[in-house]
Amino acid sequence: METITLNSNFKSEEYFINMGPQHPATHGVLRLLLTIDGEIIKKVEPDLGYIHRSIEKMCERDSYQQIVHLTDRMDYLSANINNEAVCLTVENALEMEIPDRVKVIRTIIGELTRISSHCLWWGVMGMDVGALTTYFYGFRDRELLNDIFEETCGARLTMNYNVPGGLMFDIHPNFVKRVKDFITHFKNKLPEYDRLLTNNIIFQKRTKGVGILSREDAISYGASGPVGRASGYSCDVRKHHPYSALDQVTFNEALRTEGDTYARYLVRIQEMWESLSIVEQLIDNIPEGEYRVATNAVIKLPKGEFYQKVETARGELGVYIISTGVKSPYRLKFRSPGFSNLSLLNHIAVGGKIGDLVATMATLDLVIPDIDR
Amino acid sequence: MKNEFLQELIGSWSPNLVFSEEGSQYLNVIIPVDELHAIMSKLKYNDQTSFDYLFCLSGVDWGEELGVVYHLESTTFRHSIVVKTQTADRENPTIDSVYDIWATAEFHEREVFDFFGITFSNHPNLKRLFLTDDWEGFPLRKDYEDNINMIIK
Repeated sequence: METITLNSNFKSEEYFINMGPQHPATHGVLRLLLTIDGEIIKKVEPDLGYIHRSIEKMCERDSYQQIVHLTDRMDYLSANINNEAVCLTVENALEMEIPDRVKVIRTIIGELTRISSHCLWWGVMGMDVGALTTYFYGFRDRELLNDIFEETCGARLTMNYNVPGGLMFDIHPNFVKRVKDFITHFKNKLPEYDRLLTNNIIFQKRTKGVGILSREDAISYGASGPVGRASGYSCDVRKHHPYSALDQVTFNEALRTEGDTYARYLVRIQEMWESLSIVEQLIDNIPEGEYRVATNAVIKLPKGEFYQKVETARGELGVYIISTGVKSPYRLKFRSPGFSNLSLLNHIAVGGKIGDLVATMATLDLVIPDIDR
Repeated sequence: MKNEFLQELIGSWSPNLVFSEEGSQYLNVIIPVDELHAIMSKLKYNDQTSFDYLFCLSGVDWGEELGVVYHLESTTFRHSIVVKTQTADRENPTIDSVYDIWATAEFHEREVFDFFGITFSNHPNLKRLFLTDDWEGFPLRKDYEDNINMIIK
């Protein structure tokens, strides 16, 4: 066969294209400015703010009970954990004793939220790399969890189940049974995930060795959650700064050392197993007692500064409150995991191809309202 | 490392640092603007402090001054510290960028620039992050006038 030699006069040229703000792989309104040479990425510059709602400014006028509601709208897939973060900050600032029942229920629902979020992530991750079936599998299992949430508090996504002092309502009488049913169901279904996607050779070729993040860079870029842990960086807030009932359970922190897209994928799969195990340890031992401690109708935090971190499905969420002793915070900052995780995208995507960028972005698991707070 | 030892060690680097633990769960240190970068660099690279994880960077409008608050943690020793710095110049506030020490600061500082108008010197790409380039004013400042009642009822 005749080989074709390229005319050496052809020069490559850099140009830029827009990815988003309505690109299906950005899962929200995120615009990326890609500088590319052929198909090789030279630079990725995120353009943010399409759905910025200035939640931090709104918090400066709101009461602490109202702030809880706003946090639902940040990382909506971890809504319950976000609510918990604000409640914990307020409760710690007021030095309130929270009943064990509340702690256990919060942890159970938090872990179910994590599974639900990871199910959705797994579904769209497969879709991003061309495997459509995963979407239906992921949503099938997530639906069961949404039903449990709906029965518990009336909402499927933006739950608002936590209030400062405890929970808005007690759990539904069916709660324990339905959660147990889910555990049995999901233990059968999770291995299907591996058979369908994890062990798929095409999928592995798309993800192995792509978008590598070293441990040192992970720390420097403030990576957290599965993104940090896939690079061998032990950053699980649940391990290092346990809150609610997480000090009563045993679980393994999912850690990998490869730091590539496939490792981030495996960390999340393992996290689903770990979350199942945490729920299993607690579901039979929900202590009796109050589901809520009464607080003043107007909550005033003492003068000072308070910081609380929790582990959402995406990583470390920090709530930083500066209080002057009045009903609203003087300044409230949300340190959102997605914001820091997005900042390292340029670092790991440069030198790769556009198709790799899609796979890499899928395992950063960005939720745009979490970035555009 | 315990807070007393941290305070003793860091305090020996410069006489101009002010420490406080009141009203906060962390040890707080206030660093003058002109010494910020040097001390921050030491906080990360000193073997005993080793604050390699900048987990939160917030802008704060203290009313008179504009300031930045850095929350640091060491992934080796698991101790934390809060660094604060502030400037009284509201017209042209300038603080050294720490993006060369912690890469995450690049994005966080852009956010602070966007909402507080604090300029970070040596920052590689300091421009508005969320708001449009022609936006007037800095919304998270306390004296920001919200003419179209976007936030305040």
